Amino acid sequence: MAGAWETVIGLETHVQLRTLSKMFCGCSAAFGAPPNTNVCPVCLGLPGALPVPNEQALKLAVRAALGVGCSVHPRSVFARKNYFYPDLPKGYQISQFEQPLATNGSLSYLSPDRGIATATIQRLHVEEDAGKSLHDRFPKQTAIDLNRCGVPLIEIVTGPDFRSPHEARAYLLTLKQVLEYAGISDCDMEKGSLRVDANVSVRRPGDTALGTKTEVKNINSFAYVEKALTVERDRQIAVLESAGTVAQQTMLYDSKTNSVRPQRSKEESHDYRYFPDPDLPPLVLTEEFIAEQQTLLPELPAKKRERFVEKYALSVTDAAVLTADRAVADYYEAVVHAGAEPKTAANWVMTEVLADAKDHGDGLRVAPGALANLIGLVRGGTVSHQAAKRVFAEVAERGGEPRNVAEALGVMQVGDAGVLATWVNEVLGTHTTEVARYKQGETKLLQFFVGQVMKASRGKADPKLAQRVLEEKLTS
Amino acid sequence: MSDPSEALASAKAAADRIVKVKRLNACLTPISELRKSLVAQASAAHPSGVLYGMPVAVKDNICTLEFTTSCGSKILEGYRSPYEATAVAKLKAAGALIAGKTNCDEFGMGSSTEHSAYGRSLHPFDKTRVPGGSSGGSAALVAAGAVPAALGSETGGSVRQPASLCGVVGIKPTYGRVSRSGLVAFGSSLDQIGVLGRSVHDAARVLSVISGRDPKDSTCEERDSLRLPTVPESLQGFVIGVPKEYFPQDLDPAVRRASDRAIRLLRELGAAVREVSLPHTAYAVATYYIIAPAEASSNLARYDGARYGPRFNGSEDVRALYRTTRGEGFGPEVRRRVLVGTYVLSSGYYDAYYRKAQQMRALIAQDFRNVFDRGVDLLFTPTTPTPAFKAGEKLNDPVAMYLSDIFTVTANLAGLPAISMPIGRIKGLPIGGQLIGQAFLEDEMLEAAYALERAVPAGEEA
Repeated sequence: MAGAWETVIGLETHVQLRTLSKMFCGCSAAFGAPPNTNVCPVCLGLPGALPVPNEQALKLAVRAALGVGCSVHPRSVFARKNYFYPDLPKGYQISQFEQPLATNGSLSYLSPDRGIATATIQRLHVEEDAGKSLHDRFPKQTAIDLNRCGVPLIEIVTGPDFRSPHEARAYLLTLKQVLEYAGISDCDMEKGSLRVDANVSVRRPGDTALGTKTEVKNINSFAYVEKALTVERDRQIAVLESAGTVAQQTMLYDSKTNSVRPQRSKEESHDYRYFPDPDLPPLVLTEEFIAEQQTLLPELPAKKRERFVEKYALSVTDAAVLTADRAVADYYEAVVHAGAEPKTAANWVMTEVLADAKDHGDGLRVAPGALANLIGLVRGGTVSHQAAKRVFAEVAERGGEPRNVAEALGVMQVGDAGVLATWVNEVLGTHTTEVARYKQGETKLLQFFVGQVMKASRGKADPKLAQRVLEEKLTS
Repeated sequence: MSDPSEALASAKAAADRIVKVKRLNACLTPISELRKSLVAQASAAHPSGVLYGMPVAVKDNICTLEFTTSCGSKILEGYRSPYEATAVAKLKAAGALIAGKTNCDEFGMGSSTEHSAYGRSLHPFDKTRVPGGSSGGSAALVAAGAVPAALGSETGGSVRQPASLCGVVGIKPTYGRVSRSGLVAFGSSLDQIGVLGRSVHDAARVLSVISGRDPKDSTCEERDSLRLPTVPESLQGFVIGVPKEYFPQDLDPAVRRASDRAIRLLRELGAAVREVSLPHTAYAVATYYIIAPAEASSNLARYDGARYGPRFNGSEDVRALYRTTRGEGFGPEVRRRVLVGTYVLSSGYYDAYYRKAQQMRALIAQDFRNVFDRGVDLLFTPTTPTPAFKAGEKLNDPVAMYLSDIFTVTANLAGLPAISMPIGRIKGLPIGGQLIGQAFLEDEMLEAAYALERAVPAGEEA
């Protein structure tokens, strides 16, 4: 049924900036402190306390804006978003409204449906986070933790550019990559440092006008992004197909039941009464400041991916895997710079290195130089590929130089034809039937004999040499 | 004064004088607490400070560690701030003694101190009249001779208007001259701490101490503290403008007579006086009563009973908590302004009211710049249209009350420094004249004020 409908999705992403202190005061912005310990008169909104912008947060926000291709405005304005909620101690959130920090950006990402696609970034603005209301801590009471109150946030708003829930997810992963690359945020949805609200509507393919949208909130994990959007998309289609109309409202996603429910109208604030915050002068950024942030922005994933394809002759898919994480990309390049052949290095990093990292808290445990040496040993025929994996695991676990480790493990390949001949003779002696079949023309049995020699040598035999010696013996 | 025993004597004498004028209901601090604190402060004060031993009373909407900060409101009854205002910290660092908290209209909203949850303050010379407001308690204490100076705060004239009505000096500095950190916000783009003093010098030296940069306030200018000028021999070279819009047909005759005499004195001192025009003056009160309530509606949103302040009956859920706290905690004038402010910021009305008011504010500020650009150094006007009015006279007519700020709101809207000083009396009631200066040129304004203060004959009827 979804085939007859086109899905239209836009995302609003809130990202906590990775600063030591809060947006408008000196309190620690760290996650996980005991409740209400990272607070002061400013973030508690005590009478008479005033906000002072955090310069580091502004730097990160500008870098984020440049990273998603926005124009950063030399003058932007902080505005108050007024609403009553117990975890919002001032009764308003300091945000930006009519004059945001940055507008008109774009971010290209790999759409699972359409290949390379571009999301428009309508705006990026700076604001402060609210505190947390804990409704399940004490029976019939709500507890308030204001540690998060005033933590710096940016909000990144896309156009209605995504045509499917998995496309929206792909964009989000790309955005996360960019922000992690540039050191702007941890982007940890589980800790709430990245939060997504989505505007969802459906329409008939070919329609140019947008359908009535709903806003989906409470998507708390990357795993739920696609699910929540799919549930809402399907709900809207079902409504329209039963001749109903979609009401413009906010839907809350419940991951436990994988369903959405409308937010009660009481929970919604209808009029935020935005106005420029008189406590904060307009934010004026010099050209030099903005240019400096540009220079501090590292090479971003898309650029790096292109460069890897070009420079190391990798496939787009391999380059995408290697550049997904900045630490991995840097590691890969270090392995290549230490002398490894790029394609072989890519295979090693994508298999052994990433598998090991996955099991060990994303740690890259084998030094790039050591991996390059190990690859060199395989290339030179000193260690078989199979044995090299064992060496890698051993180096990862206990360290050491690959050559020494290979020796200690006894997996150095034997390239002495005389020594090999012993194993060859042993194998031919115990497999007389196969020898006879070979001699009658079943030459494909050669690989069987090589395998037996490798087994007899417990992996130490150089397989190419073993093959040569076998051929000699079998034809003589 | 640099002798600890003198500071202690000063502290005790201040406490005695404040007890003596208790009937004015100007000081909200219980006297036993005040006396104890003053003695403790006197022994801890730095003898090298320029205000060593000087008692300075502080308006109740400025945070102090010593006493409660209730802003004249029931909603902050008993509230003790865990930090102190920068202005207060600077006073203490200069050796001054914080001589209690003074009564005021609730959150600074009023012009008579009748809108205090703790009862009205009395005019020191006529108990049937008001001392003005909202810094009425500070003005009354200074006028009664209990303290040489007191801090007040201004949003639309709340220092100058009571100074005028009580016959003392009141200075509102340039917006950004004094840190607002610790001043409980009413209209943040207009608010500024000011000083009331028994003379220009007393007020000016306190202002000098509290002025200057503060990393805790982003709107406080990056400037050194104000340097005090010397008393000039004459006002030769000064060009003083007299804006005709400040002398309407129905101006109180005694105020007009006193103002005319002050203008004559300024001429005799050597100043060139010329009539000027500030054409958008007529819109100032309306503009003010959109912008100030708009900001107030947001600034006062934090008083919801959830974190501090008293709770009232019927707080069973969070909506009820808000309703009862704000319904019972705020007085009628505060509620009126929160409602007006909420309305003018609402979507659909924002452009018609708030945005338009901001445009008008820019025009009012431009009026002043135009005059100053044409060689005028200072402006002279009456501070208030009438002397002190009767208690209750304007209580039920908010617009009449608002119009008592008609000559003072413009300096707040334009962010300019202004001073009110006594220029005469009528039937024992003081009349105030106002000098408005150019931004951050308080020193010039004070020079002229010094000269005029010396020239005005004391106690003479206008």
